[in-house]
Amino acid sequence: MTTKPGKEASRFDPEPMPRRDFLGLAALGSAAAAVIFSLFGMLRLPKAAVLTSPSKKFSVTLPDTLAEGEAFIPEGRSVAVYKDAEGVFAISTICTHLGCVVSAKPEGFECPCHGSRFAGDGTVTKGPAPKALPWLKVTADGNRLQIDENEEVPGGTKV
Amino acid sequence: MEKAESSALKEIWGNLVASPRRIYEAAFRSGAPKTDRTRSSFVFGNVFLHLHSVRTHIWSLKWSTTMGLGIISTAAFLITLVTGILLMFYYKPYPDVAYQSMKDIHFVVPTGRFIRNIHRWAANVMVVAVILHMARTFFTASYRKPREFNWLIGWGLLVTTLALSFTGYLLPWDQLAYWAITIGANIAQSPREITDALGITQYFDIGGLQRTILLGSDEVGAEALIRFYLLHVMILPLILVMLMAVHFWRIRKDGGIARPDDADEIVGNEAKSSYPVFTEQPEKTYHLAAIVKGRTPAVGSGPENTLPSMPHLFYAELGVLMLTTLICLALALISDAPLKEIANPLVPENPAKAPWYFLGLQEIVSFSAFTGGIGIPALVWIGLGLIPFLDREKEGTGRWLGGPGGRNLFLWSLLIGFGASVGIEAFAIYFGWLREWFPDIPQLAITVINPGTVLTAIYAAYSIYVVRKYGSTRAGAVALFTCFLCGFIVLTVVGTYFRGPNWEFYWTPSDWPGH
Repeated sequence: MTTKPGKEASRFDPEPMPRRDFLGLAALGSAAAAVIFSLFGMLRLPKAAVLTSPSKKFSVTLPDTLAEGEAFIPEGRSVAVYKDAEGVFAISTICTHLGCVVSAKPEGFECPCHGSRFAGDGTVTKGPAPKALPWLKVTADGNRLQIDENEEVPGGTKV
Repeated sequence: MEKAESSALKEIWGNLVASPRRIYEAAFRSGAPKTDRTRSSFVFGNVFLHLHSVRTHIWSLKWSTTMGLGIISTAAFLITLVTGILLMFYYKPYPDVAYQSMKDIHFVVPTGRFIRNIHRWAANVMVVAVILHMARTFFTASYRKPREFNWLIGWGLLVTTLALSFTGYLLPWDQLAYWAITIGANIAQSPREITDALGITQYFDIGGLQRTILLGSDEVGAEALIRFYLLHVMILPLILVMLMAVHFWRIRKDGGIARPDDADEIVGNEAKSSYPVFTEQPEKTYHLAAIVKGRTPAVGSGPENTLPSMPHLFYAELGVLMLTTLICLALALISDAPLKEIANPLVPENPAKAPWYFLGLQEIVSFSAFTGGIGIPALVWIGLGLIPFLDREKEGTGRWLGGPGGRNLFLWSLLIGFGASVGIEAFAIYFGWLREWFPDIPQLAITVINPGTVLTAIYAAYSIYVVRKYGSTRAGAVALFTCFLCGFIVLTVVGTYFRGPNWEFYWTPSDWPGH
């Protein structure tokens, strides 16, 4: 309560902020703050800290009969592995458009969902795919190859 | 003393004998709704029925005013609610097990197949009814003041309805479900198309975040299934019911169904010829009325051309509810809900199609994921929400195609809406699009210029022309809304009937190449 000098405070003077208003605002404010903070807490829960997806690294041995330009699809993986004179390379067969699995054909890759086409090296030739199919990291360990579906390498990297 | 005791026991006995009758009287306090007074208390004495006012304007009762579309939507929802709860007895939301439980429901559970078919058909009826209900509200300009807020609630209900349908699509865990959700989740991730083009994905990956929260994993698996299940049976129905409660309440608070200012003159004295209006003379007349000329105000016809909601409104609504149930049952008997092979993450369904009402979007998505899946839908959605705040005009409220332009404008808009969408589709199917002509073109160019955006631009240009021609926002809104409705229909039909394996164009499914 403010009082002007030379004038005594009277109980009839209006309070600068009535006590009821102050208490009401305080209650409202604390309720709003509680709701907002708890909302943040609740929203934090659905964003998983650990993703339950299976390992994206796997080992594979290429069959000796694999011809140049022929795709080898390891069982249960969405990866096409190729072998040519320069070495071995792996291209992901998950379409960059909306995640369908593309099929490897001699002339390149075809997506069944929205008709994207990719050349043999993964670059887009037709359709809605926004970017080329990624090349995946291949580590050679003698005959066995280790492929990591999570790690991309620049196109043209052969081992 | 003994006498008093025996009379108290007698009284208890008497009360016990009378209790069935008294329980009945306590439950049905106002008795049969036979007179105007009992009809009124029948409505306002009941927590559910008093969503309606006691009397309803004749304009609202006319079939052509609403075509019952809101009640059809509600009825379809009630049917999905009942059948959905029944399906939950057997359904288990875990990959592969889910598919087996669907097989059980289909082949083993008594009436299981029938209940699932009804659930699926009622869901489809609900989507159609909700879209038509929105169109009705728009074309009768019923969104105007004071109903703007209710339009916004309906706007939320539309999205919730579509989300409910889409989340239900994954639950069978068959090939159709798995690949539709894979596509859906990647659409949620498609803002990456923009962030990649700007090179900021590693700092600001809103697309990836959306996808991860939706799936709870980086692929469609057990986590995704339980999330979609939770959304489908708990979160979205709760949101829907709350929005519905507000929606219904606001209809009443905003003065019932919108009607033109001269509605009373148009309906004239119809109230007098309706039966029953007043089955008995009012018990009291107003003494004040005795000193003015003419009859007392309550005699003959009700105030302001209204009829008692019970029976006139409630029986009409019950009729629509029965009709909706009949349609759903008939469809469920004729056609089984599909169940394909069990989900296989390695072999996509070819063609992989979303639910029919998203096939229009999938048609645009087949050019650019972001534009078709997020850009244009968001634009349309925001545009729909803004309609009542941009159109502040008065002319034509409550009347079909009311406002400047009228039926002529509507027919022209139909022509341009259908013409432009068929034309641009034919062009893209016949000649291909930018990627085929210039293989090295940056993706951003296609995101910005594709059949979806070109069509949107044509519609926008036409609607701006209409606004200038008629000098009216309402006319422009009618043009734009009609055009988008036409575009939606054309794209949906093309996506549903004319797209085959690899999303290629085929005139009929019999032309599809064999496997």
